[in-house]
Amino acid sequence: MTHWLLIDGMLVVLAGWLLVGVAGVLALRRLDLVSHVLFPLGGLLGLLLCGLALAALTSTPEVAVLPIGLPSLPFHLRLDSLSAYFLMVIGAASAGVSAFAAGYFRKGEGTPPGLLCLEYHAFLASMVGVVLADDAYAFMVLWETMALSSFFLVTANHRIPDVRSAGYLYITMAHIGAITLLLCFGVLQAGTGDYTFANMRAQALGPFWASVAFVLAVCGFGAKAGVLPLHVWLPEAHPAAPSPVSALMSGVMLNTAIYGILRVCLDLLQLRLWWWGGLLLAIGLTTALFGVVFASVQTDMKRLLAYSSIENMGLLFVGMGLTLIFAGYDMLPMAALALTATLYHVASHACFKSLLFLGTGSVLHATSERNLGRLGGLIRTMPWVGWLTLLGVLASAGLPPMGGFVSEWLLLQSFLFAPGLPVPLLTMLIPVVAAVIALVSALAGYTMVKFFGVIFLGQPREDKLAQAHDAGLWERTGMVWLAMGCVALGLLPTQFIQLIDPVTQQLVHAGLGARVAKSGWLLAPNSLEQASYGPVIFLLGILGCFALAFLMVRWLYHGRMRRGPPWACGFPWGTARMQDTAEGFGQPIRQIFEPFFVMRRELPTPFDDQPKYRVVVEDHFWRWLYVPIIDLANYLARLMSRMQQGRISVYLMYSFLTLVATLLAVLR
Amino acid sequence: MSFSGLLSQGLEIVIAIALAPLLTGWVNQWRAWLQNRSAPSLLQPYRMLHKLFNKESMVADHASRLFRSAPYVKFGCMVLACAIIPTLSTDLPLAPAADAIALVGLFALARVFISLAAMDIGTAFGTMGARREMLVGFLAEPALLMVLFSASLISHSTSLTTIVETLAHREIAIYPGLPFAGVAFVMVSLAENARVPVDNPATHLELTMLHEALILEYSGRHLALLEWAASLKLFAYSCIGLALFFPWGVAEAQAPQAMLLALPALVLKLAIGGFLLALLETLSAKMRIFRVPEFLATAFLLAVIGMLVHLLLAR
Repeated sequence: MTHWLLIDGMLVVLAGWLLVGVAGVLALRRLDLVSHVLFPLGGLLGLLLCGLALAALTSTPEVAVLPIGLPSLPFHLRLDSLSAYFLMVIGAASAGVSAFAAGYFRKGEGTPPGLLCLEYHAFLASMVGVVLADDAYAFMVLWETMALSSFFLVTANHRIPDVRSAGYLYITMAHIGAITLLLCFGVLQAGTGDYTFANMRAQALGPFWASVAFVLAVCGFGAKAGVLPLHVWLPEAHPAAPSPVSALMSGVMLNTAIYGILRVCLDLLQLRLWWWGGLLLAIGLTTALFGVVFASVQTDMKRLLAYSSIENMGLLFVGMGLTLIFAGYDMLPMAALALTATLYHVASHACFKSLLFLGTGSVLHATSERNLGRLGGLIRTMPWVGWLTLLGVLASAGLPPMGGFVSEWLLLQSFLFAPGLPVPLLTMLIPVVAAVIALVSALAGYTMVKFFGVIFLGQPREDKLAQAHDAGLWERTGMVWLAMGCVALGLLPTQFIQLIDPVTQQLVHAGLGARVAKSGWLLAPNSLEQASYGPVIFLLGILGCFALAFLMVRWLYHGRMRRGPPWACGFPWGTARMQDTAEGFGQPIRQIFEPFFVMRRELPTPFDDQPKYRVVVEDHFWRWLYVPIIDLANYLARLMSRMQQGRISVYLMYSFLTLVATLLAVLR
Repeated sequence: MSFSGLLSQGLEIVIAIALAPLLTGWVNQWRAWLQNRSAPSLLQPYRMLHKLFNKESMVADHASRLFRSAPYVKFGCMVLACAIIPTLSTDLPLAPAADAIALVGLFALARVFISLAAMDIGTAFGTMGARREMLVGFLAEPALLMVLFSASLISHSTSLTTIVETLAHREIAIYPGLPFAGVAFVMVSLAENARVPVDNPATHLELTMLHEALILEYSGRHLALLEWAASLKLFAYSCIGLALFFPWGVAEAQAPQAMLLALPALVLKLAIGGFLLALLETLSAKMRIFRVPEFLATAFLLAVIGMLVHLLLAR
């Protein structure tokens, strides 16, 4: 009996996080204790979780039953390769974020630090629970815990009205998603009344009901991932939350939605129809393009990153769509390639997006400024944050030899070598899809140059920026950990694909592990003749040329250098305000992709005393989809309010009428 | 990894580094002749590099390390790009490290670094140049990728050596997708190498320049490296074009002695290509910057159409 399983270890981590949270409540306002003891402890537990998950990847599935909740309805938990992979990502990313959070929270920011600690660790624990859950009951309870705890974290600065409204928008979208998920599980259990995942796997649903379940799952998980048209909460909630929370939500929580779709589509549903993949592909492409185009015109650094998350979720949906298309036609090795690309991107997105959000957190602390138009030149006052963020920026822009490039490379490979899909239309569509992917990743590069260049390079646009201080030791530790993740994912793809191999074996019964292992340091998913990529040689090549050029120039000529004022074509009166702003950087994109935006321009006339130039950029979905829905809801609420008279006798009559109606319905 | 492989790899790098300024000089010479000017010497780019290397480097007071390292990064990227494109032989030990997609990523890496470096000083010209360079880049990059994919679909491979081997040693066949890809490639390479009609390498008029605005703050050895890297980029693009559309004459792994023939073939092809580039530049006028996105979008669509045509007719 005293045989310890890995899943017990996971439960220990879970309980540990809850204990840390409770301890935080006990030390409610002791900031030093909460931040320098409890958050690092949580981070260590995250590392432990990552280690356990690594061990669990290759071991056989384990189950556990927790007697929580109703007597006859315990929590079923199960640890298989798929959940182990996502637990590994959660553990690794949360370790970095927790280390950063240890140095981040300050006094007097809304919610007291102890309570934040509880919410933060409950959020972590519920994410682990969601990934472990093996029945719909446990899944939904933990899913809701995750939504609620993150809601409270988002509204940490609840005295600001914008933060509150962002929180409400977030929780509304989360609940719309939860309702569709509930319906989805209802369909999946096929009238048997048994809500365990094991039972759902055993049901052979017909094409119609399976498709219904699929569409419901896409809606539910899509609302959490923020795909079009359910994305509106993301650019509101991420900027409102404290930066470590944004990092967790964007880098880690969004991945639970990807997990959910994979779990439902490739594990619980036995049927695989190709048009499901087509649907995911279409959603993913529009989301990715929309996200990146909007990211490039943003002027708030955290909103920019939030739109970039939307883009990355779109790419993940494209990968899953491709997997489903291939799986639908039984082309399992190709499905494994696409799935590997998706899972790889999950890990690299978790690393670079958390890193970038943490970077914005440090900038926010040093300058209390989120508007890109008031930043600039910070790489000189904040070198640590600047250079670490540069690594995240390179990864996010999908540049070799960083992590983001590998997943993009794998994805494009799976597009190119879709050898003869049976439907000609699909074969024709695939180059178009590859073209859009290429465009999206190039635009991501544009956006990231804007992000980094405007914040960290150039001259400070405000005087106060000269006093900006670099991140503290805790913050640096967290960022270094995540940056190491970005670099390692970029340089060691073959080793990392070995970790993904058990997951693809479990879901599509094929894997890249053996094929990739043959070529050693080169990443070659099929054969060396067909395609290969060697990031280490690549990096060494560039560095070798770098060093050789440097030494040769020094040896043959000289290394003399003189400092002076910038030349600027000989115009001496340049000021910091003459640099391109974020708006300026967005202008070409606004022009090229004009149909994407709702734009309102206020242009000054020559006779204005105080000329003002203003552009407001909004998205069409808000105006054409959400505003009508909000109006409708308000209208219905006003109708309902007529029933509310405020007199006891009227309410008693309502109860009486309801009772009579119920009795009639029951007795009939 | 054989001896002949190492030899051909080393030879390719050396020839690229040594010949790239010559190609630039050749194009400049022809441009001058075609425009009825008296031409500078063929060796003018080398003299220019030598002069710049001898000069002291002037760096702005507040420039960060990023600014000083960017020329080296760009130079390294371009040398690596020239090393993996099969120009003389397909037996290249470095080639498996980067395929067509990674090659495009390599150009993007160089572009991002140089744009960031231009923003580092924080002058109006530098940031404007960075924005324009990225604008050209985000449209040209996917177009180049699509051009390379058209060739990959024919050879069922993204590895550059396999593409060249397939295209060079095919039996006579007509690939209807390639002409589209060819036109798209010419448009992309004009934009990427800052040539007329997208940019004018001879101008320093601040409102029209792209590439020159980027490197405005550089001087001395940094500028020399950037100029050299620009020549290498032109060389690399010419070699991609030759490899995809005129791959004949490239030696294979089985026949290293064919390299003796490959070198004159390469020089001949580059000479013709350089003349055509000068002709194209003389015949066209520079467009407004606002027309550039349309120009590049056309290239992008042409490349996609090329892939579609291939898929439609090749079955």
